Amino acid sequence: MEYEFHWNIVFDKLPQLLSGAFVTLHVSVLSMLIGIAIAVLLAIAKMSDSRLISLPATVWVEIARNTPALFQIYMAYFGLGAFGIHLSPYAAVLSALVFVNAGYLTETFRGGFLSIPKTQYSASKSLGMSSIQVYRYIILPQMFRRIYHPMTNQFVWSILMSSLGILVGMNELSGETQRLQSLSFRTLEFFIVAAVMYFLITKFVLFSASLVSQRLFRGDI
Amino acid sequence: MIQIQNVHKSFGSLEVLKGVTMDVNKGEVVSVIGGSGSGKSTLLYCINAIEDIQQGRIIVDEIDVHAKGTNQDRLRQKLGMVFQQWNSFPHLTVLENASLAPRIVLKLSKKEAVERAKKELNHVGLGDKFDEYPTRMSGGQQQRLAIARALAMKPDYMLFDEVTSALDPELVGEVLDTLRMLRDDGMTMICVTHEIAFAREVSDKVAFFHQGVIEEIGPPEQVIVNPQKEATQKFLSKVLH
Ligand SMILES: Nc1ncnc2c1ncn2[C@@H]1O[C@H](COP(=O)(O)OP(=O)(O)O)[C@@H](O)[C@H]1O
Ligand SMILES: [Mg+2]
Repeated sequence: MEYEFHWNIVFDKLPQLLSGAFVTLHVSVLSMLIGIAIAVLLAIAKMSDSRLISLPATVWVEIARNTPALFQIYMAYFGLGAFGIHLSPYAAVLSALVFVNAGYLTETFRGGFLSIPKTQYSASKSLGMSSIQVYRYIILPQMFRRIYHPMTNQFVWSILMSSLGILVGMNELSGETQRLQSLSFRTLEFFIVAAVMYFLITKFVLFSASLVSQRLFRGDI
Repeated sequence: MIQIQNVHKSFGSLEVLKGVTMDVNKGEVVSVIGGSGSGKSTLLYCINAIEDIQQGRIIVDEIDVHAKGTNQDRLRQKLGMVFQQWNSFPHLTVLENASLAPRIVLKLSKKEAVERAKKELNHVGLGDKFDEYPTRMSGGQQQRLAIARALAMKPDYMLFDEVTSALDPELVGEVLDTLRMLRDDGMTMICVTHEIAFAREVSDKVAFFHQGVIEEIGPPEQVIVNPQKEATQKFLSKVLH
């Protein structure tokens, strides 16, 4: 017997799916913003001559890049729970995403920093700028341009990885889909619609990112 | 006045400056010539505190450049520097390149900073390039931008490190003309250069750098036309022929 599609029930639940999609977008945006901030610091730490400063950054990056995302979410949710730190599903997924994003972006940023000629730094210094001003006005703006594309890729990856929230009962798009299909048994319909929504979210993010880059980045590098 | 007193500078075990002494008075143009690797760039970097020193002192208007309490960021406001590579800020327009430091370092209002930048850019002949991005300009134009960018800080001294040696030959003239103009404006300048004819024409003093010390210093009529030391004679006969 062939599977009979029934779409009506899915469309009835569209508001719930959309609210799940919103949580997905929300957690990924937040994980990127926090991840970027931490990665800038880790990249600077990793370039330090002092091992005391560079080692923790290296350890972070190695663990984040060489262990499965699933494991990291479990660690944040169940692992920390064993130590009496009880995170909500949302907080657990957010922490895991931040951890991984920071790890990957650290390497991206480090490459970006190293690709900017040292002479940009001396030239800025010779104009009387403080080190913080040199980073703020000269180094970081150029670096962000160079790593903008890898950064948007990481963003897309975060959106897709947040679907692992399903495993800890988070109410993001996959979790919502799981809950709704189990009530109605229209498994295929719900997951097809969810897949389309993921596709639209990532396309939306990539499109916005390219709009932002056109506004932000004039001139050539 | 810039006083350089018995300055020693090493990179690891390599001693690059081995006791350099020289005075530069207000309004003077001093050219520094010498073989490549003799420490000319290093001396300029030491003067504006981009590099530290191991021995001796450099004093700029009574301020000891490398003393503990010296605010080096502040000191650098007195000292404009232009490098061999022009180092334009590629993400900023020409006008932003020249107005950024006056705005964020001198804390001028945006309007004042822009006015100042425009004045200097006009001065070096870039009055029609305000909204251009530097990477679309020639090396000569970018080098003139670097000069205007430094001048917009209204420095008391300008340090030039072989500012024409990375340029195509046909672009050298426009940059040298800009330096001549600064000299006529009365700017105090130290020019590291291997344009010997130019050094002879514009300098009050010429210093010949050799093996980490100033081998010979004096007016161009002496050092370039009638050098007293054998090393100077050798160097000049090599670069002039
Ligand atoms: N940052 C540095 N680290 C190590 N060695 C350096 C550094 N900068 C310059 N040197 C060395 O110092 C010597 C003098 O360099 P430099 O001042 O650039 O000479 P010049 O400008 O006269 O050609 C050279 O041997 C060069 O290799
Ligand atoms: Mg040099």
